[in-house]
Amino acid sequence: MYSASDLRKGLKIQIDGEPYVVVDFQFSKPGKGQALYRTKLKNMVTGNQFDRTFRSNDKFEKAPLEERTMQYLYSQGDEFHFMDTKNYEQVVVTQDQLGDDTNFLIDNMEVQVLLFNNNPIGVTLPNFVNLTVTRADPWAKGDTSGSDSKPVTVETGYELQVPPFIEEGDRIQIDTRTGVYMTRVKE
Amino acid sequence: MLNELGLRKRAELIQAIRAFFINREYVEVDTPARLPVVIPEAHNLPVESGDHILQTSPEICMKRVLAETGCRRIFQICKCYRKNERGDRHLPEFTMLEWYRAQSDYNSLMTECEDFIIEVAEAIGRRGYLSYQRTDITLEKPWARITVSDAFSMYSPVSMAQALEENIFDEILCTHIEPRLGMKKPVFLYDYPAELGALARKKTDNPSVAERFEVYVAGLELANGFSELTDPKEQRQRFEQELKSIEHQGRSAGRMPEKFLKSLVNMPEAAGIALGVDRLAMILFDLDTIDKTVLFVPEDL
Repeated sequence: MYSASDLRKGLKIQIDGEPYVVVDFQFSKPGKGQALYRTKLKNMVTGNQFDRTFRSNDKFEKAPLEERTMQYLYSQGDEFHFMDTKNYEQVVVTQDQLGDDTNFLIDNMEVQVLLFNNNPIGVTLPNFVNLTVTRADPWAKGDTSGSDSKPVTVETGYELQVPPFIEEGDRIQIDTRTGVYMTRVKE
Repeated sequence: MLNELGLRKRAELIQAIRAFFINREYVEVDTPARLPVVIPEAHNLPVESGDHILQTSPEICMKRVLAETGCRRIFQICKCYRKNERGDRHLPEFTMLEWYRAQSDYNSLMTECEDFIIEVAEAIGRRGYLSYQRTDITLEKPWARITVSDAFSMYSPVSMAQALEENIFDEILCTHIEPRLGMKKPVFLYDYPAELGALARKKTDNPSVAERFEVYVAGLELANGFSELTDPKEQRQRFEQELKSIEHQGRSAGRMPEKFLKSLVNMPEAAGIALGVDRLAMILFDLDTIDKTVLFVPEDL
C-alpha cells in the first residue's frame, strides 16, 4: 500500500481496478489548512488524463504491473502475437495498443511487454531498430537540385525522410521513439 | 543549492529584514526551538526531539515575551520544523520571520506588511515592482484586501459556506483561488472561518470569522497574520477543539500549553504575523522552487 506522502512523478498506482501513472505532482498546504497532494494521473490503459487531489490519509494499492521480455511472432488482422522468451507463453496485443510502434516491428524482435493483472497493456520497443529500405528513388551522383532529403519505404511499410544517398537494399537505423532516420548501417 | 552569489543575496535579504525592524524600534528576540509542549494544531505534524518537540512556529514563546517582559514590539528569524512537508514550496525545516506588535490589530498589521515587503524589496534592488516567473507585479500601495468569502464568490464554483459544509474548503482554496491571487499586485485575503484560526481573535460583529489574513504574491502564500486572541478561557476552548481533531486523526493529542494559557492573562492586545523567509526569497529573487533559496535540502544531507 502507498499513502499520499509516497506520491511522486512516475509512481504507478491502482484506483478502482485501473492502473494509473502520476504524470504531475504538487504538494500544497494552504495556511492553517491540511496537506493536499495535487496530481495529474494518466490511465495506463486508455491514456486518459485527469487532475485529482488527495489528502494525507488517502491510501492506494500498488498497480500490479509486470514487464516481461517477449519476442514478436506474427500479426493477424489487428492482433499482434508475442511470446515470452522464458516460458514460451503467448500474448496478443492489439493494433490500438501498439499505435505507431507497428511501424518498427519485425519478426523475432525482442520487446518489453507491460502486463497489468497479466493482461498486456503496452509494448516498449528497443530505442533503435535497423530496417531494410525496400523502395527508394535512385540517387544521381552530383545531383545539385539542392534537396537534402528524400522519402523511402522500409520493410515494415513505414515511410520516412532520409539523406539522398540512401538506396534500395540499404540498412538504416531508426529511433523508434521519434520515427526519425539516424544513420546508415553496414552489417 | 545556492551558489556564492545566491548566498550573498540571501544574506543581504536577511540584513534588509533586520534593518526594517530595527528602524521601527522592534527588539529582536531568540526563543527556544525545542519545547516540552507545542501549540495544538490539527494540520501541522511536529518533529520530536528526544523528550521535547521542535517548534512548528515560535508563536507561544513570542506571545509570552509580550505578556511577561513588557516589550511592545518584537521580531524573530528562526528555523521551524514540520514533518512531511516537502514540495516546490515546502521544506520540512524552513526559516520563519515572526513579528508581534502590541496595541495593534490585523488591519494595521496588513499595512505594516505592505511596508515591509516594499521596503525589503527596495533594499535589495527591486524598487516598486517585481518580476516573478515572467509575471510583472507592481508593489504600489494600497494592495487589494479581499475577504475569503468574497474570494470564493469571485473564483470558486461554490460559496465559502458550501465549501465548508462539504468539507472541500482547502481543496477549493488551493486549486481555484490561490493560483489567481496577487498576479498583478500582492493581495490580502482576510476574515477566515473561525475554525481555521485557533489563535486568532473572532470578529466582534461576526463571531463566525476570525480576524486573520494571508498575503499572496504571484499565487504564492507568503505570510499569515492575525489579531491575537488574548482571552485565556476562549483560547483553552479553541485548543480543546484542536486537540480533539488531532485525536480524531489517530495522532496522540499532546498536552495543553498550560504555561502559555497562564501567561495570556497578562498579554496586551496585539497583532502578529508569520512570514516564510524562503518563500520571500523565491519571490524577490525570481526562483521557481524553494530548493533554490537554501544551501541544503533534506535530500542533500
